[in-house]
Amino acid sequence: MKRETILNAALLLILLAIPLWAQSADEPFIITLTTRAVIFAIAGVGLNFALGFGGLVSFGHAAFFGIGGYAMGILAYHAQTYTPLMEWPFVIEGTKSMPVIWLVAIITSAIVAVALGALSLRTSGVYFIMITLAFAQMFFFFTISWPTYGGEDGLSIYIRNDFPGLNTMDPIQFYAICYVILLLVLFFVYRAAHSPFGLALSAARQNEDRIQAIGQGPYRLYLTAYVISGAITGLAGALFADLNRFVSPTMFSWQTSGEIMIFVILGGVGRVFGPVAGAALFILLEHQLGGLSEFWHIYLGAILLGVVLFARGGLFGFIAGREVAHD
Amino acid sequence: MTDAILDVCGISKSFGALKASDNITLNLRPGEIHALIGPNGAGKSTLIKQVAGGLTPDSGTVHFAGQDVTRLSTAARAQLGMGRTFQISSLAMEFTVLQNVVLGALGRRGDVFRFFKPVMRDKELLQQAHTALEQVGLEDFHAFRTSELSHGQRRQLEVAVALTLEPKAFLMDEPMAGLGAEGTERLTDFLDGLRHRAPILLVEHDMDAVFALADRVSVLVYGEIIATGSVDDIRGNPIVRTAYLGEEDAA
Repeated sequence: MKRETILNAALLLILLAIPLWAQSADEPFIITLTTRAVIFAIAGVGLNFALGFGGLVSFGHAAFFGIGGYAMGILAYHAQTYTPLMEWPFVIEGTKSMPVIWLVAIITSAIVAVALGALSLRTSGVYFIMITLAFAQMFFFFTISWPTYGGEDGLSIYIRNDFPGLNTMDPIQFYAICYVILLLVLFFVYRAAHSPFGLALSAARQNEDRIQAIGQGPYRLYLTAYVISGAITGLAGALFADLNRFVSPTMFSWQTSGEIMIFVILGGVGRVFGPVAGAALFILLEHQLGGLSEFWHIYLGAILLGVVLFARGGLFGFIAGREVAHD
Repeated sequence: MTDAILDVCGISKSFGALKASDNITLNLRPGEIHALIGPNGAGKSTLIKQVAGGLTPDSGTVHFAGQDVTRLSTAARAQLGMGRTFQISSLAMEFTVLQNVVLGALGRRGDVFRFFKPVMRDKELLQQAHTALEQVGLEDFHAFRTSELSHGQRRQLEVAVALTLEPKAFLMDEPMAGLGAEGTERLTDFLDGLRHRAPILLVEHDMDAVFALADRVSVLVYGEIIATGSVDDIRGNPIVRTAYLGEEDAA
């Protein structure tokens, strides 16, 4: 078996074992912490689809994370206040149903990604980084000045949304939901990475002349990757909001974009399971170093610097070596 | 008009005061190898870009397979059947050799927007890829990472990828560059047979190869085609001798 496969399996097992242990040891906080890691992992896997496979360094994925969050917040807010979302031309009611919220989060993020991607992908390099950042900041300031949904203070949702047959307020049951979604997302991304689209996208990242010479324009490939990427990160945003039962403009902030990117870089850019390792490591550091000092980010910065300078492939590159070309 | 597959008609392209292409007319007929020669800086690369896409001429037209492609994108021209190899190898360097060729076969088939089928298990694509690798003599290297190949092997791989595209015409930009004597000889033999599958517009510096292969030769000097004719015509042409071949003889 390849080292990478073993590492992948080990990661999934650890993410299964920790909450099970915490459940038996009656440590709900640890379960919540692991849930955070899993949700961040989904967001990172989403960004990695654009950044790792397509080479699109989006510094604005908080836009999708926040859209997912507000999709949950707005729908649940209207459900808990018994007010319709809109009455004209037809009535849309709020909802507390998770699957519906997820679907709305995915579709809204995808639509926004089409618009943002269509504009941003006309640029490349540093300009692409800056324009994606600018779009995310636009959402940030828009939500801050949008009093209907709490403005700067955000929106509190008193009870976690419903999933048929489960008690979502029970930490381990909510964890199970997030874990299964992570598995599904990883499965989809793994298949996509090895599909004809994945091959073409990776080729476009490596050499645009080449992809054109085989008769494909890189723009359509990039835009598709960007939309898929945004939709996955949007789904993670909806879960994150449900975990906290709270949404605020912070989800749109550039720090959030940076953190999602850190998951990808820490774990290993372009490795399907990389962001899972990255997000888990991030939460571990946040928890351990955060206990040492309020200024734990300074240590995180040092570690990130070390990874970028000495272990370019992140955790995956360090342990599993250079990526084995897929067969 | 002839039944040429590629018809370049009076194209001009200037960069500031520099006339990189000056009213160039040339065509490519089925079954032939048409070599394009000229000293460095004569405008060969500029011409190739206008034919294959990437540069739009200031005036004049490019017709390919009966269609005006003057303003089409590189990708669209490739879809119509232009099989291009690059002067500087343009391959996906992180890919294995096999992946690069499968990518070509995938481009030929066109169904790139599929997200769930493992592409490297697609029997049809694999078979086309292996056939192409065998033809250029790279089959033994199919599992190598492309960045591990020698310069010459990368040239061969470029040709293999172009083969998988099953193009209507090949545009080859110095395929022999850096191949070495043995490699050049092998590729010369191979291209000799290839012309019957699709005609080749061959930009090449290696005069032995050009004279061995070409049905027609066009000579480009300072953006202008100063002569087009058979190998013997060109060899005997006094203008060409002074403008171009003379320099080589003296060297």
